[in-house]
Amino acid sequence: MRLERRAYVSTKLVIVAPILAILASLSLSGILIILAGVNPFIAYFEIVKGAFGSKLAITETLTRASPLILTGLAAAVAFRARLWNIGGEGQFYIGALVAAAVGNNLLLGLPVIISMTLIMLSAMIAGAVLLAGPALLRLRFGIDEVVTTLLLNFIIILFVGLMIEGPLKDPFAFGWPQSVPVDRSLRFADLVPSSRLHNGFLISIFAAFSIWIVVTRTVFGLKARATGFTPQAAAFSGISLSKTIMGVALISGALAGLAGAIEVMGVTGYVTTTLSPGFGYAGIVVAMLAALHPGGVIASAIFIASIFVGADAMSRATGVPSFIADVIMSLSLLTMLIAIFFTNYRIRR
Amino acid sequence: MDTVLEINKISKRFGSLVANDSVSLKLGKGEILALLGENGAGKTTLMNIIYGHYTADSGKINVLGKNLSGGKPREAIEAGIGMVHQHFSLAGNLTVLENVMIGSESLFKRSSDKQFAKDKLLSISEKFGLPVSPGALISSLSVGERQRVEILKALYRNAKILILDEPTAVLARPEAEKLFKTLREMTKEGLSLVFISHKLHEVMSAADRVTVLRGGKVVAERETKKTSKEELAELMVGHQVNRPIRKAQSIGKKVIEASNITVKHKNQIQLDNISFSINEGEILGIVGISGNGQAALGRLVSGIGEPASGKLTFFEAKMNGFTPRDCINSGIGRIPEDRNTEGIIGELNIWENAIIERLHEPSFSKGGFIRKKSARAFANDLIKKFDVRGATSETQARLLSGGNMQKLVLGRALSVSPKLIVANQPTRGLDEGAIAAVHKELLKARSEGVAILLISEELEEAVGLADRLQAIVKGKLSEPITAENADATRLGLMMAGVWDTIDET
Repeated sequence: MRLERRAYVSTKLVIVAPILAILASLSLSGILIILAGVNPFIAYFEIVKGAFGSKLAITETLTRASPLILTGLAAAVAFRARLWNIGGEGQFYIGALVAAAVGNNLLLGLPVIISMTLIMLSAMIAGAVLLAGPALLRLRFGIDEVVTTLLLNFIIILFVGLMIEGPLKDPFAFGWPQSVPVDRSLRFADLVPSSRLHNGFLISIFAAFSIWIVVTRTVFGLKARATGFTPQAAAFSGISLSKTIMGVALISGALAGLAGAIEVMGVTGYVTTTLSPGFGYAGIVVAMLAALHPGGVIASAIFIASIFVGADAMSRATGVPSFIADVIMSLSLLTMLIAIFFTNYRIRR
Repeated sequence: MDTVLEINKISKRFGSLVANDSVSLKLGKGEILALLGENGAGKTTLMNIIYGHYTADSGKINVLGKNLSGGKPREAIEAGIGMVHQHFSLAGNLTVLENVMIGSESLFKRSSDKQFAKDKLLSISEKFGLPVSPGALISSLSVGERQRVEILKALYRNAKILILDEPTAVLARPEAEKLFKTLREMTKEGLSLVFISHKLHEVMSAADRVTVLRGGKVVAERETKKTSKEELAELMVGHQVNRPIRKAQSIGKKVIEASNITVKHKNQIQLDNISFSINEGEILGIVGISGNGQAALGRLVSGIGEPASGKLTFFEAKMNGFTPRDCINSGIGRIPEDRNTEGIIGELNIWENAIIERLHEPSFSKGGFIRKKSARAFANDLIKKFDVRGATSETQARLLSGGNMQKLVLGRALSVSPKLIVANQPTRGLDEGAIAAVHKELLKARSEGVAILLISEELEEAVGLADRLQAIVKGKLSEPITAENADATRLGLMMAGVWDTIDET
């Protein structure tokens, strides 16, 4: 028995693989649910109901999916060029913090649409700059970006803690450690009335579409893919590896920074150190489940969001701890990695 | 004669490719058997099956009366098989003795018995006439010496049958002749040898018997005394393949001239004060043994890396930029040494590979967006013009065979009317048919007035195509000689680094 590379990978296989991976992760998680004393089918039914069972549930799921689409895109763009950006979480937080700082009262007086654009732009720049550092270190000195981006996450979260206890502390928050808020006029309007779903969702969808265009249609996208696949050949053909990787880093960091901005502008209004339930890390799973395809990111972000939103409801209904959502997400990353392997290879006896 | 190795109907397939198709052969004690075949004929696969690197799909291997279960190198070693790979498996930072000992002692032994090992190594070295110094670092040895260590390593493990995979690929002619003489002596001590080769002259001079493989099948077995080069050539290729022949023609303006160029990499001199020039309609062949600076020379003219000193002129104008883009823009078509790692990006489509060097040209992109339609049209044109088989513009490039991949690389370089072509090992790993196709295209470009820098380790190819020849040895270039003055002895001497004395005698 041995492995053999597939000559052709059919589109059908590419679509079926993540579905099988998700089913496998659900079956494995089912064992844990049984151990918790609950019928897994009932638990999963409750998850689906909790995520899609009502208008409110659906809007909650999509609200949760909005930043995930962006952090998923951030990971997908970087991973395609083999730039291992694990720092989505840090970039998310720095984007959120900058959005709150800029949106607090800096831009009052300008037209709202321009102010909002400026807030998002500054968050994107902050995220981009944060990833530019590790990218530069890799290009210059060959320092592994997995280590630097991962460690930066902790530094940034501590930095955010410092800022919201200090210079950016909200004086009207009764001593709670939270940042100054984005001015009410500069927050996203509701996409669906009387829900938390905001226009930031549309921005995420638009970002996914733009990235899809960049990846498939532009010279830069082709360069980034070539660099990711065979760097030596890309360099031989005249593509500047450092420029390309730097460009990829800036886009990836900007996307994760934007995720932080829309969460602040759309949901909370201010930053705390618990703003993100791991959006940056979950973005990695989202990207992998989507096989790094920008269109697929939307679907996989909604899937991951639904697991988390649904798990809360399921937990209330059945008593199974909602941590099962983390288990499902982590297992689906592992099963997806296996599925990706088998889309490219087959077993032959 | 006793049979020491018997292979019975071995078959092996990789995917849809049948590498070995019911191959049988016998090796007698004290015999030298040559396994002759083109690249891709299945020689190396067969030897790897014997050695246990691969498991055969079917068939039996019998060594000295014992059947091998297959798939286990250790079992093969214990049965008395030693293998010398084409690419040596030695650790450069260890000594000769340490390299020989690796894997021969149990991991759980408290201390290794170096004195015993040294005595054993020296006695083997004396018995078989293979002198070595056990304390020398591998990295300080020449290629020929390293090969000797590989052979000793096998003998140290009590090999009775030695398999050598293309043993002369890295050796100069005189060194190769010496090696075969030593091997012949070794058979007198009871060793049996199989060597793999695609070079007819060495098969004829060194082997007792020859088994010819073609397309994974044994097509013939001959005693070397009762056959001829011509017969073997035809058996090997299967039909008469004629490589195109260079015709004399007049040359034009000077295209490229390098004067006193030195290239360093991490303070190591790769090219040492070299000079050459090529005119329009002329092919300059650079011959030499692998690893003497060919790669650095190819990269220099391809725009990878800058010279530390010296001057490069292109149509009498000094070249300032040394990036791939500069080279492409000034009209240099480049065929890299390794098409898999430098020439082609396997995961991309053929059309993407076709335009990857010229992404910024207005015909292929506009405002940062790729013009897919014209890119596809260009790729389809390439496929048709250069006879790239089994592909459309949407096919992933990795699915092409070596020959078709090379045609794509060649086509990409030739389709934009270059002034100079740098062809580094353009036919490495290709079969005769593909070689002839590549040669035809190069000669056609020459007749259209293109200057060609041909870097080749295949002497026959270089002599057949080039108008002038220079040898590269340890980063230095010899003076050029014309192809008419190139005979085997002179080239052999040049490739061994003896050229200063030639012109005086």
